[in-house]
Amino acid sequence: MIPEIGHFALILSFCFSVALGVLPLLGVYRKNTLLIWLAKPLVAAQLLFIAISFALLTWAFAVDDFSVIYVASNSNRALPMIYKVTAVWGAHEGSLLLWALILSGWAFAVGCFSRNLPDDIRAMVLSIMGLVSVGFQLFLLYSSNPFLRFLPDFPLDGNDLNPLLQDFGLIVHPPMLYAGYVGFSVAFSFAIAALLSGRLDASWARWSRPWTNIAWVFLTLGITLGSWWAYYELGWGGWWFWDPVENASLMPWLVGTALLHSLAVTEKRGAFKSWTVLLAISAFSLSLLGTFLVRSGVLTSVHAFAVDPERGLFILVFLAVVIGSSLTIYAVRAPTVKSYAVFELFSRETLLLLNNILLIVATMTVLLGTFYPLIYEATTGGKISVGPPYFNLIFAPLILLVLPLMTLVPQIFWKRSPTADLIKKNIIPLVCSLILCVGLWVSGDFEAVSELNVQIILAVLFAVWLFIALVKDLIGKLMSHRAAHRGSILDGIRSLTLGYYGMVLAHAGIAICVIGVAVVSVYSVDKDLRLAPGDQVEMGGYQFEFKGLTQTKEANYTALTANIEVTNEAGETWTMKPEKRSYPVRQSQMTEAAIDAGFFRDLYLALGEPLTKGAWSVRIQVKPLVRWLWLGGLLMAFGGFIATLDRRYRTKKTPASGANI
Amino acid sequence: MNAVHKKRLIIVIIGVAVFSAAAALVLYALNENINLFYSPTQVAEGEAPVNKRIRVGGMVAKGSVEREPDSLKIQFAVTDFENSLIIHYDRVLPDLFREEQGIVATGKLDDKGRFQASEVLAKHDENYMPPEVSDMLEKQGAAAGETSPKTYPKTTP
Repeated sequence: MIPEIGHFALILSFCFSVALGVLPLLGVYRKNTLLIWLAKPLVAAQLLFIAISFALLTWAFAVDDFSVIYVASNSNRALPMIYKVTAVWGAHEGSLLLWALILSGWAFAVGCFSRNLPDDIRAMVLSIMGLVSVGFQLFLLYSSNPFLRFLPDFPLDGNDLNPLLQDFGLIVHPPMLYAGYVGFSVAFSFAIAALLSGRLDASWARWSRPWTNIAWVFLTLGITLGSWWAYYELGWGGWWFWDPVENASLMPWLVGTALLHSLAVTEKRGAFKSWTVLLAISAFSLSLLGTFLVRSGVLTSVHAFAVDPERGLFILVFLAVVIGSSLTIYAVRAPTVKSYAVFELFSRETLLLLNNILLIVATMTVLLGTFYPLIYEATTGGKISVGPPYFNLIFAPLILLVLPLMTLVPQIFWKRSPTADLIKKNIIPLVCSLILCVGLWVSGDFEAVSELNVQIILAVLFAVWLFIALVKDLIGKLMSHRAAHRGSILDGIRSLTLGYYGMVLAHAGIAICVIGVAVVSVYSVDKDLRLAPGDQVEMGGYQFEFKGLTQTKEANYTALTANIEVTNEAGETWTMKPEKRSYPVRQSQMTEAAIDAGFFRDLYLALGEPLTKGAWSVRIQVKPLVRWLWLGGLLMAFGGFIATLDRRYRTKKTPASGANI
Repeated sequence: MNAVHKKRLIIVIIGVAVFSAAAALVLYALNENINLFYSPTQVAEGEAPVNKRIRVGGMVAKGSVEREPDSLKIQFAVTDFENSLIIHYDRVLPDLFREEQGIVATGKLDDKGRFQASEVLAKHDENYMPPEVSDMLEKQGAAAGETSPKTYPKTTP
């Protein structure tokens, strides 16, 4: 009975979404205040029923109701409770339900936190989000219903959750990523509403910015967590594979980043309006494309779980409708939007535009690389894959162009900027980073990867320059305020806006991330070895000794644990325990790597397979600064979050101009 | 041409320059880095290039996995049920690698016709078959029902 109620709640939520998609929009056209007023209650009802539906599916998992096909396929009696709950979004149907739930959640949040929005604009935004909901809920009901039953002959025990997904990373990674994807639907809806109403102005940009910020924060967190999860759970120490599904999350991130900056220009200077709108449409379209990629199975991917082509077709049609209709609206309405801002060639506007172009170029190259196998197959019939070298080759130079621009943009002014001032500001940071890089060059062993040398050195140089320039700028601003007002340091700290602090943190995050990527790609040591008990190897300044294996039995798997003793140069010794787990229900094996994490380096041990004479194949890696990748990602997300809290988004009045983005 | 036009022109020129530089780089990079997929039959018929990075795939043939006793070196045959191809590999195999499982290997064919793999992929999900492999098997007419159907513990309430 419970699953049927869940199904029914989903249908009810769908009905409310249809009403939400139609009535308020109609109200705006007819100037009917009752219909406009309906938007908020409809959003609440839609959220309530989809939440009930989600809760009941969770309940079905919790009580092991294996008469529900979805539960039987993805859970098991022996599965720990925490994983039973997270198994809800462990496969297609449930993750889609989560998508729809988060979408309604975002719509509800817009309804609640937009008191300063004119009623009709809010109604339109909510209505458009309702239309997006209609698409997703229809998809759920039509081809991905998680409440379908095995009746009357249902299994007594379930097929278990995919072992890879029985992990903390899975608990948090998909909801974060989805919150990011879906969050761009808010920016999208704002953009469409602005186009429809013809009110594309600075206040539109100001309403739109915090939502875009938060969506971007979630997406950043989602990608960071995903990369971290792949690193420790897929078992082989890679942190980015240029896999289609990863690319699918990177593309909206890149466009979203461009959108954040373009929105800033639109808000502060009234420029780039139609460009901003186009970015908002693209960011959400690419998010949908990401869902399509994961769920359709058209591309070979390590993330490709068993899939169903019919679903792919549905999402493709949905995608075509969303992109087609929004671009049509754009084509009709955008020419009426004019930007009157005037700026010099050497100004913050131009540099931001340039950075925007670079981000879009990066997105397009990723898009091309991701879809090239499809294009190739359609045109020649041959099957290909595009390897990581393609993406690395393209991405590295683009990042090298983006970094110096990132350094310069906050330093120069809107409209126009004197060059001499800029040179003066950058001498110290540049000299410092040069000294550091020369030091790195002299001390490092670069012979192994000679081809990458120049790019890696430049990347570190620019990243360090960016970091020092940011710190210098921050200190300079605090000092000058203190000097001007004779206040305390605390006053100085208070005088700067949260938007500014957010920018500093996020940009510092990029710098740290780039340094991490550069160092870990050059200095990592990585070997597959055959180790018998008693064998010793020396790698990257560490001594590894294979002591032997122990076996343990857990609730739903058995584990073979290798004891490997590690000794560092200082003579300290500790034991690392990589595992090989066998899950009987799915008859599958899992490698659980042992990671000794550190701020400056990770030691990474993974068990391969048993060989003859009690020996095992073992992969040993020493990865310097690998943590900086995710640290940078977290810092970016934190920066974005801080910037969202900026006071000017909470007041109705036009804010006093702050010189930050 | 007034100042505004001039400015716009410069921006457009910069934009076009960046785009075309990127396009040129992309085309070059794509040319260098696409890996064509070949079936064991295509390799047997000599269609696959020698000493170029390619991908091959198929089912791991039953009883074909052989290990060298004192190193990581391993060899196994992949088959499309018409022909098979021996693959050499010397790194750790993925968890889902086993006999009669669809895999895809990236590597080079040497002039003696041996395939030296640099990467072997088997997928996350035991019900999943790499699309190249299932397509190929379908073409061979051998694939009907090859992807293992979902099995649940058989019981009656």
